[in-house]
Amino acid sequence: MTGNEVVAWAALAAEADFMYGYPITPQNEIMHYWSRLAPHFGRGFLQTEDEMAAGFAMLGGALVGKKTFCATAGPGNILMQEPIAMAEMMQIPGVWIIQQRGGPSTATVIYSQQELRLTTAGGNGEGLRIVYSTASHQELFEYTIKAFNRAWQYRFPTFVLGDGYQAKLREAVTLFRPAAKGWTLIPAEPLVRGPGIPALDREPVHLRNTFNIEEELYARLEEQLAAYERLTPEVVEWEVEIGPETEVLLVAHGIVARAAKQAQKMLNQQGQKVGYFRPITVRPFPGTALRQAVGANPNLRLLVVESAYGQLLSMVKAELYGLTNPIDTLLKPGVGVTAEEIVATVTKRAPKEVCHGG
Amino acid sequence: MADEKSTVVREPTKNPNMPLSWRKETKPHRFCPGCGHAMALKALGEVVDELGILDRVLYGCDIGCSLLSWDFFNFDSVQTHHGRTIPVVVGAKRARPETIGIAYMGDGGGYAIGAQHLVNAAQRGDQITAILANNTLYAMTGGQLAPTTLPGQKTGTTPYGREVRKTGSPLQGPELVAAIAPAGAYVARGTVGEYQQLKGYLKKALRNQMEGRGFSFVEVLSTCPTNWRTNAKDTWAFLQGEMARYFKVGELRVPEPAAPGEEE
Repeated sequence: MTGNEVVAWAALAAEADFMYGYPITPQNEIMHYWSRLAPHFGRGFLQTEDEMAAGFAMLGGALVGKKTFCATAGPGNILMQEPIAMAEMMQIPGVWIIQQRGGPSTATVIYSQQELRLTTAGGNGEGLRIVYSTASHQELFEYTIKAFNRAWQYRFPTFVLGDGYQAKLREAVTLFRPAAKGWTLIPAEPLVRGPGIPALDREPVHLRNTFNIEEELYARLEEQLAAYERLTPEVVEWEVEIGPETEVLLVAHGIVARAAKQAQKMLNQQGQKVGYFRPITVRPFPGTALRQAVGANPNLRLLVVESAYGQLLSMVKAELYGLTNPIDTLLKPGVGVTAEEIVATVTKRAPKEVCHGG
Repeated sequence: MADEKSTVVREPTKNPNMPLSWRKETKPHRFCPGCGHAMALKALGEVVDELGILDRVLYGCDIGCSLLSWDFFNFDSVQTHHGRTIPVVVGAKRARPETIGIAYMGDGGGYAIGAQHLVNAAQRGDQITAILANNTLYAMTGGQLAPTTLPGQKTGTTPYGREVRKTGSPLQGPELVAAIAPAGAYVARGTVGEYQQLKGYLKKALRNQMEGRGFSFVEVLSTCPTNWRTNAKDTWAFLQGEMARYFKVGELRVPEPAAPGEEE
């Protein structure tokens, strides 16, 4: 099936209650499949007037104790940042599926990895979010379920960062009920309209995102930043293949990491010593793991590959600050990257950009 | 669900100046002296008391002066973003339909930055109650031109008075909603100058939601002496004179047949 269909089934398996959506390619079929499935399973769907309304309606649903989600892309992702900022400040849980398309502006409806920065750090705050970058339909299914659990466990906005290729490709996937694998689903709790009569049985709940003075905001943010630091080691995920003899480390995320993995295999068959590093959570970023892998060998060259112009690269550089390993790049904003191109780049060893740890 | 039927039936308030739904701990309220919000919210609190729906209400307030009501009441409340209160309340209502969703906002939030949400919630017939305070300008930010600013009225961004040729005529919000909302809508314009009438409109708007008829909308003509730079007498004169002449007070849509117990 297609990746979009997989996401709809995953949301169903994760016991999502309500989807609020607005059409934008390439995520539309998530809404189509969900709105077809929802009435048979007592779940809800509302098509709103825009992405802002979808995002804010999600927050309303989550406030009264329902598991809510939405899918969007490109310019929709931009509009979605406003409700996500409110979710971040008020720690209202929610799951967003982002199927990246070409950017900036309307660009293409097809594919890119250009929404990495927006999805991990959009909004007018500190980007306190959890973002999974998937690379296959199996991962789309499993990380969508996981995203619901993370969102309702930690109450930070949680994302599955896919792309147009993953959305539209057909590939084999094994669907399962989470219980069959021993996965426990974290239930949603109402933040408002909980049990009891306000002012009689309990205090009324008053939620806000406005603060009067700097110190009041700072105290709130310090709490949230501490909570985010605590969750980071519990949440962060990556894949790495590296040995003491590795000369080149391919660094990629999402579907490009699949091409990188294939390229690694091809190059190793040719006798080259090539490793592979893939952040699965692009926020929080597995910086410690990357630094350990790279820092062990000062002669290791990195090749950062992405369908964007340096969005992953800037994250990698920030994590490796102070190290002197050379960094080569294969940056193709808005277009796909094949394993053959990666192989050719490694073989050529023609660095486009060298970073001396800065 | 346990809260499908309201269980809170409260006696009429003993002290008419302090509805039971008002939260005493957050009084005196934070609005300027002479601000109309306090009157509108007092009416809303009394109506919630009289309908006995305290435990079912989700109250959302917007950005602008309306945000100062975030802890005003004894019912569960959420302060949202500028213009986005309607979608938050719609989302909650759709997810848990037994909720009584109240979206409270100003004219900037409802008619400018959030106009698409008002229009679409109205045309979908979302079963929420939207209450919009019209004081003819953006008050919190220092008194700028709003969609509702009267022709010739001076604001921070129309220092020589609003020129209709350049910035249009004041938006007639209830007329707009009345024109597009499907059957079952309740639409009215009240004023803080006619308190009992306003209370009646708010009560009908909430009852309309409780009976699951459709979208309910009440615009409240309100006062802003701070930004109007008026004393009490001139504030009252502007509300009851210029504003009431342009914005006609009354009911624009009443669901047919009339809800039981509806009089007036």
